[in-house]
Amino acid sequence: MQIQVNGEHHDVTAASLAALLDELGYDATARVATAVDGCFVAASRRATHPLHDGAQVEILAPMQGG
Amino acid sequence: MTLFYGTELASRLMLGTAQYPSPEILADAVRRAGAGVVTVSLRREAAGTRAGQAFWALIRELDVPVLPNTAGCHTVREAVTTAQMAREVFGTDWIKLEVIGESDTLQPDMFALVEAARILTEDGFRVFPYMTEDLVGAERLLRAGCEVLMPWGAPIGSGKGLNNLFGLRALRAHFPDVPMVVDAGIGVPSHAAQAMELGYDAVLINTAVAKAGNPAEMARAFAMAVEAGRMAYIADPMEERDMAVPSTPVIGQAVL
Repeated sequence: MQIQVNGEHHDVTAASLAALLDELGYDATARVATAVDGCFVAASRRATHPLHDGAQVEILAPMQGG
Repeated sequence: MTLFYGTELASRLMLGTAQYPSPEILADAVRRAGAGVVTVSLRREAAGTRAGQAFWALIRELDVPVLPNTAGCHTVREAVTTAQMAREVFGTDWIKLEVIGESDTLQPDMFALVEAARILTEDGFRVFPYMTEDLVGAERLLRAGCEVLMPWGAPIGSGKGLNNLFGLRALRAHFPDVPMVVDAGIGVPSHAAQAMELGYDAVLINTAVAKAGNPAEMARAFAMAVEAGRMAYIADPMEERDMAVPSTPVIGQAVL
């Protein structure tokens, strides 16, 4: 399946958002927030959130800010 | 005592965490500032790195309340989604709401700001809106559910200080009971002291500390200025006059 993760093209086998995080090497304790197609997906819903071809996924992490 | 959504902060100096030369210098600056709050953000991590996890560990270690921002958002939708993501990652319903309307000045889009503030307040967020000093906008934000206002001093990162003293004074006078923070544009400690002397409840500084030659020393200088300014405000400053008035008694002066 062809998707975009943080603006970059990825060819993945994961069918859910949780599986995608695993496939990308994030461990279960990683402190990240996710959004698919511009909508927030809570951590508790990642396992049941399906991915579709062309999905735009954002995985964001804590960062310095003003 | 000033309460920000029911919370009293340990200090009236809020400090941004961006642009420091190193994580160690950032930690040093936060400690020397005795910061009441640190602002943080959410970003994509560079491929392969886990910089965000290291940054989060540092923030946890500093043990200062965090105020996540929606920096860089230009639309209501972006800001709302970013706020929702920040709430989960940082474990707080506080959000410094930025919706930028103009790229050169990074001026807030007050119309989108009010709309985003309304949506987020209804969703349980405690919104700290980054705004211009506009009185009507302030009224709308309060009506949308904001209990704190954060007017700009000058464009973000410009270091110009308080560009519109009249406007900031008017805003303070119109909403005497609303906790207000001057956010953005402060360049040196005297600017921060001035904001506090006007009766603002806190200031938020980032670039002025991070880009100083010695950030930790500058952080301390800002802490002292904020304290001095607050103390001066409470002590009720004299009124300015156009003409001189002798301070030494005239009565009893010798005729020589």
